[in-house]
Amino acid sequence: MNVIRDKTKLSPNVTRLVVDAPRIAQVRRPGQFVIVRRADGAERIPLTITDVDGEAGTITLVIQSVGKSTYDLVELEVGEGIQDIAGPLGKPTDLLEAGHAVCVGGGVGTAVIWPIAQALAKAGVRVTSVIGGRSREWVILENELQTTGNVVVCTDDGSYGRKGFVTQALADVLGNEQVDEVYAVGPVPMMRACAEVTRPLGVKTTVSLNSIMLDGTGMCGGCRVSIDGASQYACVDGPEFDGHAVDFASLSDRLTTYREFEQEALARRLACAPS
Amino acid sequence: MTIDDTQRTAPPATPAATERPSRPSRPARPARRERDPNRVSNKVRLTIARQVMPERDADDRSHTFEEVNLGLTSDIAQVEASRCLECAKPHCSKGCPVGVDIPAFVNKVTLGDLEGAARILFDGNALPGVTGRVCPQETQCEGECPRGTTMKGVDGKPVGIGYLERYVADWASEHLDLLPQPAPASGRKVAIIGSGPAGLTAAGELVKYGHDVTVYEAFHEPGGVLLYGIPEFRLPKEIVRKEVDRLVRQGVKIENNAIIGRTYTLPELREQYDAVFVAVGAGLPVFMDVPGENLKGVYSANEYLTRVNLMGAWREDGETPVLHGHRVAVVGGGNVAMDSVRTARRLGAEEAVIVYRRSKLELPARAEEVHHAEQEGVRFELLTAPLEVIGNEQGWVTGLECRRMELGEPDASGRRRPVPVPGSEFVFECDTVIVAIGTKANPLLTSTAPDLDLNKWGYIITDENGESSMPGVFAGGDIVRGAATVILAMGDGKRISQSINAYLERTPAVAVG
Repeated sequence: MNVIRDKTKLSPNVTRLVVDAPRIAQVRRPGQFVIVRRADGAERIPLTITDVDGEAGTITLVIQSVGKSTYDLVELEVGEGIQDIAGPLGKPTDLLEAGHAVCVGGGVGTAVIWPIAQALAKAGVRVTSVIGGRSREWVILENELQTTGNVVVCTDDGSYGRKGFVTQALADVLGNEQVDEVYAVGPVPMMRACAEVTRPLGVKTTVSLNSIMLDGTGMCGGCRVSIDGASQYACVDGPEFDGHAVDFASLSDRLTTYREFEQEALARRLACAPS
Repeated sequence: MTIDDTQRTAPPATPAATERPSRPSRPARPARRERDPNRVSNKVRLTIARQVMPERDADDRSHTFEEVNLGLTSDIAQVEASRCLECAKPHCSKGCPVGVDIPAFVNKVTLGDLEGAARILFDGNALPGVTGRVCPQETQCEGECPRGTTMKGVDGKPVGIGYLERYVADWASEHLDLLPQPAPASGRKVAIIGSGPAGLTAAGELVKYGHDVTVYEAFHEPGGVLLYGIPEFRLPKEIVRKEVDRLVRQGVKIENNAIIGRTYTLPELREQYDAVFVAVGAGLPVFMDVPGENLKGVYSANEYLTRVNLMGAWREDGETPVLHGHRVAVVGGGNVAMDSVRTARRLGAEEAVIVYRRSKLELPARAEEVHHAEQEGVRFELLTAPLEVIGNEQGWVTGLECRRMELGEPDASGRRRPVPVPGSEFVFECDTVIVAIGTKANPLLTSTAPDLDLNKWGYIITDENGESSMPGVFAGGDIVRGAATVILAMGDGKRISQSINAYLERTPAVAVG
């Protein structure tokens, strides 16, 4: 049992949990994820490891409530436990060694960008972060990212930072400065748009894919994504891939496989246990 | 209780049986088998027909995940056991990869001594409730039984050793708490990677020697393919849980959620343990490599079965989703294909079809599985090969384009090679395609163990003792032999645990902590 040590709400539907997982905290590297199963009978869901504290033996998970399983997870309180946490899974981020990196985070994707930005800054790479949300209250981890370098905040409605999408802000950075690599994580349309911004400029762009997974070890093949026309597994070959090679259309299509089931499960849950 | 002629419930001997001359029974029998003063003669035994395994009705069961085979009653079991001719030189045990003393346990069943039978059975086999259900006995123990070969008697059918094994195992799980005498602690630590049939068998053997055994499992529950692969209707998960529980009560430690190659590495475990047994299976799915394979509704059998079996997607309250296809095509002809297609029927498929490129004769699945699938309304599109998965604009599968094949000259496998029939292309309309054409080695563990020698397919190379190129690291089951059966993996687990024990006896303790 992995006990929850701390719980913070970051935005209206994003929660941060700090959980005991000493072994994972010890060996995890940026870019890796875990698969958690809240309790017997619950789904296995992949979540990026946002941060670790090796001494305390804890890992940090940032969870967006989108379906029954994530609602159930964030309902757990400090002192309660998550039954199963498996990991660290996936390949660690292939970190730029020197130069200037732009880290683009959309919504909860900012929580995936944060450990990458942190590792880049620690390695001496100059980091500019571009993060966005619908409006001010949806922007997360701004203060944390500021410790790694300059942060550009965008909101769709202009309630905070610049008005507009992160892609526009990214294009501006690319127009004004030398950029060696872009890391972009967020909703699929955002990652695709970022990759289209950088493609004509030939700037390497790494994206992190959140495809549907079961085991996280390559066994089910459910997370397969088309990379340059060939299938690869997000769980073991990724989760990070060259954004210019990803078939985003197929990815976003596959992500809707269980939409009907998920909507029904969520509706049932919200009807039964309003919270 | 013993069986005499009046108690037999077997059908009367047919004329054919009486015409067949039966060899006189041999005088000498191994001493350990009890001599029953009321023993029924072999002449009479040969007139007893093989008993039929009671089954759930085919129409009912194609809608439920309840077990298909219901198990023998005690009466039927005793009759079946009394069909054993008690050969002086029995071959059945030689056909058993884990070397169960079959004649001895069958003899105990004949005598009504079920506890005695259970002790013999469990002594040879750590998981008899599992193997009694999923072993291909027809090609192993039962394949060696003279009643199916040289002394056919009334029906030419071997003794139902698998049925009896299951019967005794189930009886024991209800009536006995059979734990071997705990051995004095050896002070040696062994890590087992993978809790499938090879790993669990090795754990059971090694703990008997008094070793401190820890099993590492990547999933949240131990059992490997017994849990995620084989469906509930063929192997109830409760059986696996009970067998695992028995190992735990003997002192085996299990660490779930531990992925070797990620959470720990093999070299790291090797430093902490006196020996390591790698039994991770061949877990990577093989896809067809045809267009459309990433459409929604295409599953690897691994994913489909894991969702249903391990994650319980078949249950009303299951939290893990699975698509309930109406028209389902399963590509492949092995046991996994049969498991998938029968699962699809149970999830409500009106049409569930096996698409296999060779003929019925070459189907690699057990005859019993094929038979059960047919009974449950599964259709077989034989001599048919998939060309492309067809989808609609929303990315959902709408069909599987196939073409007909005919058998040509024998290929490298000795089977006649299927060759396409020109112009025979057609589309099978379906909403779900399940790919069950095999599995291969998973590089997750091996890629983080540079000193481990692999063959060109990524399987671990071992010597005759099961030891790999890393001293003290042994391997067995599918990660060595390629995708095979539960019982062959168990055979490896048993054989190699003896090698591990011998290795520990000749090497000094290195482990700490």
